[in-house]
This record gives sequence, C-alpha cells and structure tokens, in this order.
Amino acid sequence: MCSNMVRCLGDGNTSLQKLATSIVFFFCLSDVSCNSVEQKIYVELNNTVPCVRLLNATHQIGCQSSISGDTGVIHVLESEEDLEWPLSKGPNPPYMVLLESSLFTRSIMMKMKNESNRVAGVAVVVPNTSPPEFSPHTTCPNENTGVYSDNYGPNLAHCNTTVWNPRGNGLSYEEFDFPVFSLKEDNETEFIKQCYLDHNRAVNGSAPQYPLCAMQLFSHMHAVTNTPTCMRRNDINFSINPEMVCDPLGDYNVWGSIRPYNDTVFGHKENESVVIAAARLDSRAFFWEVSTGAEGSVSGFVTLLAAAQALREVTHEAPPTRNILFAFFQGETFDYIGSSRMVYDMENGKFVIDLDNIHSVLEIGQVRTCVKNLVNNLQSSTAGLGFLLVEPNVSQPLPPSSLQRFLRAQPIPGIVLADHESAFNNRYYESFYDNAANLNLTYPSDLSPEEQLEFVTHTAESLTDVATVVARALYKQAGGDESRVNTIKADPKIVTQMLYGFLVSSNNSWFQAVMAPELKNILSDPPEYYVGVAMSSTPTRLVQYLLANLTGAATNLTQSQCQKPDELPNESRQMYSYLWVQGIVPPNSTERDSFCVRASVRLTKAVSPAFELGEYASKDYSTWTESRWKFIKARIFLVASRDLEVKLQSSSRIHICLINYSCVA
Amino acid sequence: MTAAVFFGCAFIAFGPAFSLFIFTIAKDPLRVIILIAGAFFWLVSLLLSSLVWFIATKATNAQDLTLQKNLLIFGSIFSVILQEVFRFGYYRLLRKANEGLAAISEEDGPPLSVREMAYVAGLGFGIMSGAFSMINTLSDSLGPGTVGMFGDSQYYFITSALMTLALTMLHTFWGVVFFEGCERKRWWVIAVVLCVHLMVFSLSLLNPFYVGSILPVYAIMLLMAVWAFFSSGGSLHNITLLWTCRKSNAETSS
Repeated sequence: MCSNMVRCLGDGNTSLQKLATSIVFFFCLSDVSCNSVEQKIYVELNNTVPCVRLLNATHQIGCQSSISGDTGVIHVLESEEDLEWPLSKGPNPPYMVLLESSLFTRSIMMKMKNESNRVAGVAVVVPNTSPPEFSPHTTCPNENTGVYSDNYGPNLAHCNTTVWNPRGNGLSYEEFDFPVFSLKEDNETEFIKQCYLDHNRAVNGSAPQYPLCAMQLFSHMHAVTNTPTCMRRNDINFSINPEMVCDPLGDYNVWGSIRPYNDTVFGHKENESVVIAAARLDSRAFFWEVSTGAEGSVSGFVTLLAAAQALREVTHEAPPTRNILFAFFQGETFDYIGSSRMVYDMENGKFVIDLDNIHSVLEIGQVRTCVKNLVNNLQSSTAGLGFLLVEPNVSQPLPPSSLQRFLRAQPIPGIVLADHESAFNNRYYESFYDNAANLNLTYPSDLSPEEQLEFVTHTAESLTDVATVVARALYKQAGGDESRVNTIKADPKIVTQMLYGFLVSSNNSWFQAVMAPELKNILSDPPEYYVGVAMSSTPTRLVQYLLANLTGAATNLTQSQCQKPDELPNESRQMYSYLWVQGIVPPNSTERDSFCVRASVRLTKAVSPAFELGEYASKDYSTWTESRWKFIKARIFLVASRDLEVKLQSSSRIHICLINYSCVA
Repeated sequence: MTAAVFFGCAFIAFGPAFSLFIFTIAKDPLRVIILIAGAFFWLVSLLLSSLVWFIATKATNAQDLTLQKNLLIFGSIFSVILQEVFRFGYYRLLRKANEGLAAISEEDGPPLSVREMAYVAGLGFGIMSGAFSMINTLSDSLGPGTVGMFGDSQYYFITSALMTLALTMLHTFWGVVFFEGCERKRWWVIAVVLCVHLMVFSLSLLNPFYVGSILPVYAIMLLMAVWAFFSSGGSLHNITLLWTCRKSNAETSS
C-alpha cells in the first residue's frame, strides 16, 4: 500500500494513465485511486473449481499442473474438428482449451490427453441447464470391492450380466497431466470469451498477432503414483515439520437404533437380533467438492430418515421383538469405505453388535419415483443370498450397494431397494448435474425461501410413499405387532423439508433449529456430498442431528446438564448421546428456544480398514487417498511475443555498453 | 512478462546509475556516505509529501475520480517543491559538514570539493528516485503476463524503464547545477531547476502518449547535461582532450 502510494507520487510517472484505466474497475477495489501494476496485468478468476488427484493402491487419477502453474494461449473450442487447431495447426502452443459442456466428452478429452505437450490445460464451462445425460463415473462402479469376484459368482462379476452405469464415460477415473478447471456461466467467463475474441482469433487464416490472451492454472498436487508411495512419503521424518502429501478419504458413519446400546460394550450380544436399514450418504463428481448426488444418494437417505421418523411412535408403544438399526454410510462411492469399516469393526468386536446378531439388511439405493412394484415383493421375499428377484425368470446381481460388503463377510438375508430394474435410471450418476432438477424438484416461482421449505412437491410425496412402505417392512421384519402396521405413515412435510434442505439450501429455519449452535455456520447453499479428508463433512452432521431429532426425545436438561448427563440419576451417556440443539425462534422473541435432545444416535469412524491395518496395497479394502496441495487458483492475462522480449534485451545491452564506454573513457 | 523483460528493464533503468556508482563512487567511502545520505534526504522528502497526499485522499470522497486525479497532481507538485527544498537543505548540511571534515582530514583542505559533493548528492537523489519508481513495476514484470488487458500500451515496462533512467540522470544534473548555483549565490538557478523539474513532471502526465512525454524529457536531459558540464567547469577543450584520451583534472562529471 505504502509503496503504491509512493510510486504514484514519486514522479507522477504514469499516475494519470492508471487513473484512466482504473475507471474500468473490473476486479479491483475502488478504494484507492492508485492501482498497482499487477492489477493492470492479471485478472484473477474466483469462481473456478479444480479437478484434484486421487490415488488408490495401484493408480493415480485426476489432474495435475506443474508447480508454477500451466500457462496456455486461450482457445475456445467450437467443435470436435476444431481440435486440430490446438493439437496440430495452431502456431502458438501450448493452448488452454475452453470447452462448452457439450464438448466435454471422452473422445475429446482423450485426444487432448494424447497430445498433452500442446495442451496446457482445459477449462470447462458448466451451464445452468443440464445436458441430456452425462456420467463421468465408470460403467461398473466399485467392481472390485463388491461381493462378486472371480471366486464368487464370476458370471455376475465385473458387470458381465448387467452393466449398471451404461452412460458412464469413465472420465473421473482417467489421469490427466494438465489441469482441468470448471467455470460457471457468469460474467467472468464472458470476460474470458471476450478476451479470446479480441486477441486470439485468426484473421483470414493467418496467425493471430501478439499480444495474445492466455490463462494460467495452478493446481499442483503433491502426491504421485499410488497410495503406498504417498503414505510412505508421509512417514518421512527428516524435518521438524514433516510434509504430508496425501490423506485417506473418510469421515464418520451415522447409526441409530430403536433400542439403545451401551456404547462401551462391544462384540456379540446374546439373544440379540437386529434388522439393519442402510443408506449411503456420499457421492462425487469429476470436479472437486461440487457433488450434489440428488438421485444417487440424497433420495436414499432422506427416505430412510423419514422411515425412521415414521417408526418412532409405534416402536415406543409396541416395541418389536428385534431391534432396528439405521445406518448411514459415508464414502461408499470410493469402494465402500463406510460399510467395509463397519463390517470390519463387527468382525473384530469393535462395534456394539456383531455379524451374527444381524437378522437381515434392508438397503435403500437410488429411489426416485414410486416403486410399488418392487416393494410389493418386500413382504414376501425373505431373500436368499442377495439375489433380487424382480421378475421371476430373471436372476440378477445386486447393484453396487453397502449390502455387498455385508455379504462378502457372511451370508445375510438382504434387500436393496432401487428404482431401476437393471441399468441405472439416473442419467447423471456421480456427476455435478445430479441436482434438484434431476429429481424434478420444482417449486412455484412466487414462493419465498421459507414457503418453499414448507411446500410439498411431487417428489416429496413419492418418497414419502417409499418411506412408509420401508417403515412398515422394517417393522414387520423386526417382528412387530401386525395389527399396527397400517398405522405407520411417513410425514410428507418432513420429507419435503429435508429435500429442500439437502438439495436447495441448507441454511433454512428447520435445519437451523435442529443443529447445534456451534455448527450453525456450516449451513450454506446446497451442501456437497464428497466424502473428503477433513472428517467434518456437513451432510454427516446434518444427518446425525436430524436422526437425533426425529428418533430421539426432547428433555428438560439445561445446557450444562446436557454436557454432563451422567450426574443425573436417569441419564447415561453410555446408552444415549445428548445433543444441545438450537431450537426454533418463538414468534415474539429473538432468542432461540434451545433444548437438549437425547437419542441413541452415534458416529463411528468411517476410514478404510486398509489404513488401520497399514495394508496400503490392499485388494480387499478401499485404499483411496486424496493428494494435498498448496494453493489452487486461476488467472488470465496477455502474453507478449518473444520477439519483443528479445528486442528489449538486446537494446538494453547496447545501452549499457555505450554508457560504460563513456564512463570509463 | 518474463525474466528477459525483467533484466532488460532493470538494466535500462539502473545500468548507467550503477556503472556510475561503481566507477566513480564506490572506491571512496566518503562519497558513498554522501550518496546514501542524499538518498535518505530524498526519501524523507517523499515521505512527508506522501503523508500530505494520503491525508488529503482519505479525507475526501474516494469515488470521485476527477477529485482524486487533481489531488494526485497537487500532491506531486507539492512533492517536487519539497524535493527541491530538501536538496537545498542537504546543500546547507554538506557545507557545514565540509568544515568539520576539513578539520579532521589528513590533507590540507577539505577532502571533497563542493562540485564532487554536488555530483554525488545528485546521484543519490536520482538512484533513490529511480528505485522507488521502478522496483514495483519490475517485480510485476517477472510474471508471465504483460500489460494491456485493460487497454494500456504493451510498451509499459520499457517506457517506465526509460523514464526512470531519464529521471535518475536528471536528478544528478540538477544536483550539480543547483549546488553550483547556491555556491555562487545565483538564486535564479534554483528557480530554473524547480521549473524544469515541474516541467518534467507535467510531461510525464502525458503518458501513455509516449512520443509526447519521453522524447521531450530526453531532450531536456541532454540540455541539462550540457548545462551541468559547463557549470562544473568543463569546456570544449576538455572534450577534445577526452577524445584524444588524455586525462584532465578538471573533469568531474560525466
């Protein structure tokens, strides 16, 4: 700041010029009338999302830039044939290719990957409307860590019978040695395109004149090769501050039960039979931390939460014989991190029950619309070894689901509930387009956000029906009273509020009311569902507090009692968890009505057993890690020709020679 | 832009001043001290004038661009006047110090003549002025980008360097002429130096019309060079001696 001022004052050198251009005021603060030279040169791009590097036992996937960023002359790609310009014909390599999302296809990306010495990077413009279909995931998700392998059901393994994700182009699992960033369709992108049109267009077939508009992307990833390599490098202890290069993916699983378990007593429980109801929490996208997973995961766990709420009343009045355990698994996208960890804990006596205590498993997969056909079979199917009989003549493997990890350990009766018979109906599986629009979540345009929260959409009604049936099936499976089954009904209002909170905006009054005061700031526009490495994922916390509020009981404890409930005679922290939640704001007041919720809801660590055992090259467990990086940014600027630079250098040399001669002589 | 531009512009802006320093000043510690003190005086003058400007800008509406521009011009004029005042102050200081230096030196008489001090002081002013003009721009020239996105000329860096070089040399010549004028009690010399300084400042306001700013500034620099040469005792005879490679005791400035 001081040097800027001083610069301007010193000789009034280019002060006027700076003032004239500062009228443009594109990206700089208009506080000081004196712009620094940096602001004349670079335009920082603020709304970009990078693609990062992930590693597993054998491979690395994702994108990498060089340590001082990759600079390339911008080229806006118009069609697949236009690829010739950056890849062979263009005279100013390397190029930074700007793609519309319709051109973000496997063939174009592979061509650029093969000529990567002429491609400095790729920027994808993501529109607000989704293309007809797009899935960057593989065609056979989690094919090596499910229950089917070459030893068990080889004709069903590796999608030999059913290709689950036929639209998948596998881009998420390719390795690119140039950075790939995504841009939104906003003013910044318009500015970039205008810069390209002004400077980079070839006129009448001749080469475009310098200066050219260029972009520089920084996304240097520290980890290389595979997980065993990066974990080994994590352990190098040469300096006081060892540099970590990668972190295992993982977070927490959320589980809750009808009858509480003592959290300190692990292992097999005599005469205990449990029905597990499972759903998954996470999803992913090609770019980092923009996954919305509406049909892929949100629909499933919202249905399960609604079913849990529907069962609350009847299980208090007429408790079923068997316990029901609701489990929400994190990290399922990446080779079943959460469910493999829970199965591992059960096998090794580190969980409150063990595999022999499980009576059956009901998993909710991708659900979208009414699934009455499939669900009518639920009551009658006691389920064999994991085959889901849709039509009697077709035997079909299980879709990718957490149930597969349970079956891998022990034969357990189980069912996966999904809206697809064979291949996924989801056209945007594990992509950034799997959002509220994919679930047809539409609200009338004249509603305020609070009114939208309360509005019951069609999607919410369909999912409520599914939740009702799931709740009834669970109650029956758990040996509950048959006469009460028909009183179990899920609440559409709760379902629509959850759908709004998880897919449109989580900073609404209901979510604020159920969350803890210290966590209220993590609520923002739709949460994203990538499992991440920070062990603090927002959806996990939200599901934990929602499950607690929907299945637990409000108590009269004060805040300090809520933190130390063991001092009270009837409360026990071992049996329940006590959460202090914000509560609603009463109509004529500004203070929230906070209270203490007592629920049998717990978090358990969802980090792959491979990292507990140190088997980083494991074939049985997920070995996914995410690389670390220092900073990620993008900027655009003009580049001058090399001729001009050389002229400057030579003229300066001549200048010095002359002066020195005159001095010495 | 790149390292090429960085080194090119750095050598253009600072090369002559640096070689002057190496060949004429570095060997004599007293000259070095006077150089650095001169630089410090310039710095203090800039600090005080920038304080005035800073207070003025903070006290007024930052959104009003014409006002801010006018404040900048006012601030710059004030700075020019303050620089010349400090030059005069430095002259008085050096005259006083000269007597003390004469007392402690081993030779008879003062170790440095006023003309030598004038040259060194002027160069000190010039080097510091050049540093403050150019260093910020130089550091930004190292990156991959060049100026021009918002309509500026792409010759920004090289013209900044040329302007800095001119200013450094001009400060040196003004130092010589100014001290000589004060010595001979010719007060009109001070007024002329001040006016020329203001003229150079106003020419720089013509940027980015570089033809209108750089060429006249260099013309003024040549004229000042001639004046400084003659005012410090040079003559045509000395120039002919220069070409025939014979040394002359009277030659003190370049």
